Amino acid sequence: MLKALLTFMLDKNKAADIFGKIKKYSSADEVEALIYGGHSALTRFANNTIHQNVTEANYVVSVRTAFDGRTARATTNKVDDESLKRVVAASETLAKVQHPDADLLPMPEAGGGARSTQTYPVPSRYFEATAAITPEQRAEAVSKIVGVAQKHKLTTAGIFSTSESVEGIFNSRGLGDWYSQTSSEVSVTMLAADSSGWQKANSPNVAHLDAVTLAEIAARKAFESAGPHEIPAGKYTVILEPAAVLDIVGFMFFDFGGLAILDQRSFLNNRVGTKLFGENINIWDDVAHPLQSGAPFDGEGVRRQRVQLVENGVVKRLVYARATAEKMRKSEYKEKVGRIEPTGHGFSIPNEMGEAPMNIVFGGAREPKTVEQMIGSTERGILVTRLWYIREVDPYEKILTGMTRDGTFFVQDGKIRHGVRNFRFNQSLIHMLSSVEEMGTPMRASGEESFDMVVPAMKVGEFNFTEVTKF
Amino acid sequence: MKHIADWALNVAALRGASYADARLADDRSRGLATKNGKIGHAADSESLGIGVRVIADGAWGYAASDDLSRSAVEATAALAVEIARASSRVKQSEVRLAPEKAVSAEWTTPFQIDPLTTSVEQNLDLLLKIDSELCAVKGVTLAETNMNFRREEQWFVSSEGSNIHQTKYTTGVGYAAHAFAGSDIQKRSYPNSFGGQWQNKGYELIGELKLVENARRVGEEAVALLKADQCPEGVFDILLDGSQLGLQIHESVGHPIELDRVLGMEANFAGTSFLTLDKLRKLRYGSDLVNVVADARQEHGPGLGTFAFDEEGVPAQCTPIITKGLFTGYLTSRETAHAIGANRSGGTLRAEGWNRLPIIRMTNISILPGEKPLTREQLIASTEKGIYMETNRSWSIDDKRYNFQFGCEVGWELKNGKRTRMLRNPSYSGITTEFWNAMDAICSRDEWVLWGTPHCGKGQPQQVMGTGHGAAPARFRGVKVGSAYKGN
Repeated sequence: MLKALLTFMLDKNKAADIFGKIKKYSSADEVEALIYGGHSALTRFANNTIHQNVTEANYVVSVRTAFDGRTARATTNKVDDESLKRVVAASETLAKVQHPDADLLPMPEAGGGARSTQTYPVPSRYFEATAAITPEQRAEAVSKIVGVAQKHKLTTAGIFSTSESVEGIFNSRGLGDWYSQTSSEVSVTMLAADSSGWQKANSPNVAHLDAVTLAEIAARKAFESAGPHEIPAGKYTVILEPAAVLDIVGFMFFDFGGLAILDQRSFLNNRVGTKLFGENINIWDDVAHPLQSGAPFDGEGVRRQRVQLVENGVVKRLVYARATAEKMRKSEYKEKVGRIEPTGHGFSIPNEMGEAPMNIVFGGAREPKTVEQMIGSTERGILVTRLWYIREVDPYEKILTGMTRDGTFFVQDGKIRHGVRNFRFNQSLIHMLSSVEEMGTPMRASGEESFDMVVPAMKVGEFNFTEVTKF
Repeated sequence: MKHIADWALNVAALRGASYADARLADDRSRGLATKNGKIGHAADSESLGIGVRVIADGAWGYAASDDLSRSAVEATAALAVEIARASSRVKQSEVRLAPEKAVSAEWTTPFQIDPLTTSVEQNLDLLLKIDSELCAVKGVTLAETNMNFRREEQWFVSSEGSNIHQTKYTTGVGYAAHAFAGSDIQKRSYPNSFGGQWQNKGYELIGELKLVENARRVGEEAVALLKADQCPEGVFDILLDGSQLGLQIHESVGHPIELDRVLGMEANFAGTSFLTLDKLRKLRYGSDLVNVVADARQEHGPGLGTFAFDEEGVPAQCTPIITKGLFTGYLTSRETAHAIGANRSGGTLRAEGWNRLPIIRMTNISILPGEKPLTREQLIASTEKGIYMETNRSWSIDDKRYNFQFGCEVGWELKNGKRTRMLRNPSYSGITTEFWNAMDAICSRDEWVLWGTPHCGKGQPQQVMGTGHGAAPARFRGVKVGSAYKGN
């Protein structure tokens, strides 16, 4: 009984039954339901001890109703008949008191709204081995990480998490789509007296995670950066490992939505079609990429397109929800923003943000370099493992501030010389992506400030460090 | 609901847990927003479930479920014990809890008007009225408003005999005007940025804030910033408004005093702290004028960190954190109190919801107002040369909480006690203890406001929590200004 209760997963047929009830209970012109949830577990360790160890099962039904240009959403995590009636009524009540909005579109029909331009199908991202991981297996992996820490006389902290999740969308025009996937993640920090190192990786398939190797790399960074020197702030050549790249570039992708341009809140205002970055920068949004993850449909159920956002440094295209594409076609910007069409990147309606690309894939260099090769070609520079607490200082010049963390090294004459005290940077993303001298092979990377992406390590000239902290 | 929690406690005991508690939470919320004269979103949400926390074999386990059937609740409790046993395979010592008396209690946030019973139509009309005031200002390119309500009802039952029923209400409201021209985007917000002002209060908060009355000014300031002079770079005396000082407290006092950070429990994500245990009652954190408390009690005010009991049944308390500049206290829990020799938790264990493990969180971390009467205008009048900064725009601090940098929406040059010109893109940076030791004036009680920070992130899986920060405008001497734009 215990096992059955804890491994229950909602499937498309059960979700369709729930939607059938929602339709029956609704008097709206149109109705839509997002149904999502699953199981997740996370084993957390610090001071070489598992100190937090959690699991959660939760499913959510989110109902949107629409009446003649008026729409609203209500959400519950209960699927009994009374709760479904209550959530439908709540959505309808919120919708009915509004003034009609002439821009509200009818809900999309199945297969409507966007052309499929994926060059290959979305691969299966559900792995039984990941779904079946037990608390004992997570503890066993953590035990091995702690073993690495103890071998090197270090202290470790981190997580090992696994989950299986489902996500579906149904509407009264017959659209119904469903997606399931598993996820697993290991993040390891190794702490020495006055230094630290960090590594993180994730995959739908837990077999692809190598916790011990991650722990060994983090440990090496910790003891190699011991006794950090203070060197002055200033402009340096930096070698950013992929996690550092992703955390900083992630701050620009919400500006690649069409609504951000219409709202005039994007750093791409008046810049679409211009060469904003270096010739070597190419960026796509591609949910079907083998190293990507996530559902192949957006918040309205429109299938996600593969969109080239940046080509040889030129901002080529934006992504669009259906309503944004309609507005853009009628706007003063319509001739200046490239191709306008729904691309399957809209957030669930209603929302104020419109859309954003969330499956970012960077192109690699013609001659990719390893981090070691980048170090070898650097006369004087800084190797950055990880960035932290990044925030936007200037929204149009895209100046970002933040700190280095958990493994920052001085590089001279092609070799790592020693660890350094951590820097604060204030760096324009535009300048950074115009100053990329070398790149690695794009890989799936995960940080803490942005969503996961497929990005390369980068060697960047004239990176702007403005202050040094005390460790 | 107690009978459901008892199902969990009984199974946990049968499976061998030495301690167990169960929290059932029923969370209801509403979010309304407008953008450029239209409704941005209108949404209701509810979430009901149970979280079971146990100690077995000297280690922690936690399991949570949305299914409140007896079989599911019992299975959840059994899983929590199984997880604790797995945890015990990797431990250096046994979990010890500081003693706490069992208590039975009921408590509800004091409020005049239940916000979730108010008219959605009237609330949207109010937001649209503000929106139209903002949009009426020539040059405003984006106007946004929001109104948020939440009710969190929770039943806490422990194997030690506690039985606590608490209901917290939260209201939040705010708006912002953006102006884009040429190559610059500027923004002004009211009453605060990133969602406005939030308190544990009923709908009466909305009426206290003079929302419509300030909208035109806010829109005009956003547009005026486009033509304002760039804030200079250098070392200046700076004055911070109360909302910015509240965030400064949050980042450079509130987080470093979390004892779980100090003990390394957040090292992989949120970071550690420069406030190592040897600094307690020894470190000169700030000047003699700096008095900071962590106060979750109702008498402190309707802050987002106000409650009667924390999420392990410990009563709300007031802990002196900085006393006349001396560092005097940490935020603690039953598990961590012994690390500083305390015989009782400070009562700061909080969870985002039923599906999250309670962890040490800020309550209301507030700087006490100055004892001598001092208004903001008097503070400005007493400043020969400086920059007055209002309303946060960006914030960043290192993972030990030493080096910070904040940007504000607007600055005002001060000369000979008077505001002389508006400055755009003001920012300041420094080292935490150097900064707090540079405070030489703080306004008195009339200028003190208990600000809400509704979206503080911490923990893995990450939890978002509301925290309160009472603050009044204050002055800091010789602060580094403008590094954010240096070199760009």
